[in-house]
Amino acid sequence: MAALKGALNGILRPSLPPGNLFGALAEFATPAELYNACEGVRDAGYTRWDAHAPFPVHGLERAMGLRASRLPWIVLVMALGGAAAGMGLQGWVSTIAYPLVISGKPFFSWPAFVPVTFELAVLGGALGAVFGMFAMNQLPTLHHPLFSSKRFERASDDGFFISIESWDPQFDSGRTVDLLRQLGAREVELVSSSSQ
Amino acid sequence: MNDHGQHSAHSHSRPAALRASSLWLPTEHSWRRLPMLGLVLAVVGLGGSLALGLLGGEEARHQLWHSWLVGALFVLSIALGGLFFVLVHHATQAGWSVVVRRIAENAMATLPFLALLFVPLLLAGMGDLFHWSHADVVKQDILLQRKQPYLNVPFFLIRTVAYFAIWSALAFWFGRLSRLQDGTGDHELTRRMRRGSPPGLLLFALTVTFFAFDWLMSLNPHWYSTIFGLYFFAGSVMAFFAFLALTVIAARRAGLLVDVLSTEHQHDIGKLLFGFVIFWAYMAFSQFLLIWYANLPEETVFFSQRSVGSWRTLSIVLALGHFVVPFVFLLPRALKRSPRALAAAAIWLLAMHLLDLYWLVMPNLHPAGMVPSLLDAAAVIGCCGVFLAAFGGALRRQALVPLRDPRLPESLTFENV
Repeated sequence: MAALKGALNGILRPSLPPGNLFGALAEFATPAELYNACEGVRDAGYTRWDAHAPFPVHGLERAMGLRASRLPWIVLVMALGGAAAGMGLQGWVSTIAYPLVISGKPFFSWPAFVPVTFELAVLGGALGAVFGMFAMNQLPTLHHPLFSSKRFERASDDGFFISIESWDPQFDSGRTVDLLRQLGAREVELVSSSSQ
Repeated sequence: MNDHGQHSAHSHSRPAALRASSLWLPTEHSWRRLPMLGLVLAVVGLGGSLALGLLGGEEARHQLWHSWLVGALFVLSIALGGLFFVLVHHATQAGWSVVVRRIAENAMATLPFLALLFVPLLLAGMGDLFHWSHADVVKQDILLQRKQPYLNVPFFLIRTVAYFAIWSALAFWFGRLSRLQDGTGDHELTRRMRRGSPPGLLLFALTVTFFAFDWLMSLNPHWYSTIFGLYFFAGSVMAFFAFLALTVIAARRAGLLVDVLSTEHQHDIGKLLFGFVIFWAYMAFSQFLLIWYANLPEETVFFSQRSVGSWRTLSIVLALGHFVVPFVFLLPRALKRSPRALAAAAIWLLAMHLLDLYWLVMPNLHPAGMVPSLLDAAAVIGCCGVFLAAFGGALRRQALVPLRDPRLPESLTFENV
């Protein structure tokens, strides 16, 4: 069991900052305060940080300075791959592997292949979207250092949080905590990397 | 479509006070002259068509009614798309689209006026358009005899009157309640429109399907395709979204609705336009695939007519220009959000829709290949003039947005996530 747990941990753990300190966690009272604080953290030049809210806050991605997601490119490539596979498989079977005359039509009757090609393009795109999203979000993650904070449980209820990770080049325990306080945080705490 | 508008943390996206120029067409605004402009175009276009067509002999008369039909269908399909948009808006209780609903309502308000375009076709053009309307032709044709219980002149007249009566009644009812709410702000009106929309959609689906069968499919009465109504519907709704995108972009450039419409609304219209480009292609290909695969002569006649000479070229142009090119062009998010790019796509797609209708109608008149005629242009200009006059008149009569719709605040702060 221990070996299995170790293996799972190896696969299912997010990439974490080295050392014992995971980072700083700040709690805000309202979405508006979270929004303004995100602008402050963004403007201070932080890059390895995240915001947590119980529901989508519109415009937060701009306040955080996030770039456009690369997910659409994954979807596009997967969809084109699915289409190529669909048309390629049917074309190969019908012309090379097992050519049959069907209702007097040419071996390579592309219009007949379009429905499967289309469906495989949709399938490829959908799989790319779902699993690409999982991969880019580092999911599934069974445990995360932030879960050791009792306060953080409210991120799925009525709490609004910013976490700044310790491997951010700008990170400094003292100054980062001060900045978060200045930006209106109700509470700021330092979270350790160990799961205890 | 968006439940989280109230959580927006943006203070600047919540307009405190809307300027009057956003809500009403200002006096002296250039768009106040739209009805006049439309009337001039209508008189020149339709008058010119009648003069050219009726004084030029039998061939010109044939051309006249076919060109007239293409032009009338072009504007009618946009108005029908507007009616569909309003019905779906109420049926789905949509929030984001409240600010553009009045534009759709003004488009559907043109329906009674567009009925006038079909009066000359019914009174004078039927003999030239529909060869099943000639008793001596039917006598020679066993298929037409069997179809006569449906395909006969009196029943055709009754059906056409019924279509326009139903569309006009729907447009009138939904338009009146919406205007009423501008004055009273009564939320019950929103519920009444919601309750009215599902039966309205049912009526819409049936009438549009049979309208397409009657006025397009029966041009070649031996041919039939059960998906044809959907094909016409798909092109119509796509054309409406192109028209809506163009109107929204033009209105903002003309200083109208500036506080009300945002890039977010334009983006959503662009997505719907993109969606209906695909839906049209889906319908077009579904029709083609089944007919091609089954290979039955009574069905393939439609495509064999359109794979001769220049009709073949036009078929390929449609497949590329009505689907492949706009599909790739409208795929990136940035192009749907750019006013210039979306306007270009909308103009392109309206042209493609016109070409689609031309492709449906004209091979019946010129089986050997395309014969461009001055009458084609004149009829389209004239019909667009009638539409513009009626649309511009509706714009002047009422506010540019549903002023007191309970979902207006949600629509104003709408954002794509």
